[in-house]
Amino acid sequence: MAGNSTRPVFLNLLHIHLPVMGVLSIIHRLTGVLLFAAIPVVIYLLALSLAGSAEFSCLLEFFDHDLVHVFMIFFIWGLAHHFFAGLRYFMIDLDIGVNRKQGRLSAWVVFALGFITMLIGVFTLL
Amino acid sequence: MSRRVSGLRAWLLQRLSAVYMAIFLLYFFIVLAMGSVNHYAAWRDWLLQPVMSVAVMIFFAALLLHAWVGMRDILIDYIKPVMIRLSLMSLVVIMLVAMGFWVLRIMLVAA
Repeated sequence: MAGNSTRPVFLNLLHIHLPVMGVLSIIHRLTGVLLFAAIPVVIYLLALSLAGSAEFSCLLEFFDHDLVHVFMIFFIWGLAHHFFAGLRYFMIDLDIGVNRKQGRLSAWVVFALGFITMLIGVFTLL
Repeated sequence: MSRRVSGLRAWLLQRLSAVYMAIFLLYFFIVLAMGSVNHYAAWRDWLLQPVMSVAVMIFFAALLLHAWVGMRDILIDYIKPVMIRLSLMSLVVIMLVAMGFWVLRIMLVAA
């Protein structure tokens, strides 16, 4: 396998034009990795929340900060996007929305749902 | 090692864990939104009550398994050199196992 094939390599991100489902797919992966990185943070917050009433109050104050709200909104956006994109893949597994037109439409729907969820998050936190 | 979590098994694991997490999170966010657990005593009682406590631990088990399948797919797709891929996979496994035991410790020590 190695690196001695003569196949052309084209990795200029500025010129690659992925169809919308392709963009969705890579964002699904990216959000997955980011969520993975967030797991220890989530667990730590869980630990803090159960540690004592002083720690719990500290946590509530922490969640009141604007900067934390920004992170939370990105987290919600990432989670929502990953979830809805995953749901789309699950449906494709069940043979729903497999053809290209449906695939393109459902990809746009996923983007919309993720964005709307993010907006709901923004309104809830503000 | 990878053959244990490959193919149909991995696919099933990923979907089942996703379904469980979705249902759990829906319930979790609804309770949060109702505002009934916004002080320490209520929060603690809710999470450490037997059924919920087990549900939380299962949630994290599902999360870690789901994450493992996903991360494994990514490593297989992008890391060609076998030794580097193996090392990174081992790292991910150790992290996931550590997270799992950390959650167990938290839920069992707090109870």
